[in-house]
Amino acid sequence: MSEVTVRKQRPKHLAIHEIRLPLPGIVSILHRVSGAGLFLLLPFLLFLFGRSLGSPETFATFEAVVSHPLAKLVLLGLLWAYLHHFCAGIRFLLLDLHQGLDLPSARNSARIVLVVSLALTVIIGVKLW
Amino acid sequence: MVNRHVVGAHYGLRDWIAQRATALFMAIYTVVFGICALTLPELSYEAWSGLFSNGLMKFATFLFFLSLFFHAWIGIRDIWMDYVKPTGLRLVLHLITIFLLVGYAGWAAQILWRL
Repeated sequence: MSEVTVRKQRPKHLAIHEIRLPLPGIVSILHRVSGAGLFLLLPFLLFLFGRSLGSPETFATFEAVVSHPLAKLVLLGLLWAYLHHFCAGIRFLLLDLHQGLDLPSARNSARIVLVVSLALTVIIGVKLW
Repeated sequence: MVNRHVVGAHYGLRDWIAQRATALFMAIYTVVFGICALTLPELSYEAWSGLFSNGLMKFATFLFFLSLFFHAWIGIRDIWMDYVKPTGLRLVLHLITIFLLVGYAGWAAQILWRL
């Protein structure tokens, strides 16, 4: 009796650079990425929130920190993450309610989520800075 | 009629609903907060802290934070479950996530009730 067990070579296709995600797939993975990013930077956001509400002196520290170019860049990224998570979340809630389940509407709503969250990021970003 | 015995810990549906309920509350809060922030007369310490010292706003903001942390727990837990296969490591990551989020809840309470 042979001891050798030949494992059947199942086809695997995990070449991420070759997989072409459709628009709804891009919205979905960005929902996860934006959520993870927001989670990782929660301490920074809580720190800023605490400084902004502590006293007039800590409010001044808050203003100094958020006016730093690097902090501005990070906050702009977080603003996009929040807005994308928000818009994509509303889309997922509507899908849960069986709204727009067919392929053309699903692709269309995915495009709307990407465009609206980017546009809102630009508008709010320009208004704040 | 199908008599199906559901087995398991039953936390899947509960978390699925909690994820959506907290999302809905945070979405409504975000819109209300956005309107309040945009209608502030000026971005000064007095105006900004005045917004959060209002009892109702303080209550809603704290609820927002609790919703956020519970929502984040479910989302981050799902990420660990999807990508981290070794059970021990995953358990450690789950615990770190819980400790962080519980700590953040205390931090948020302290920020709001100092006002």
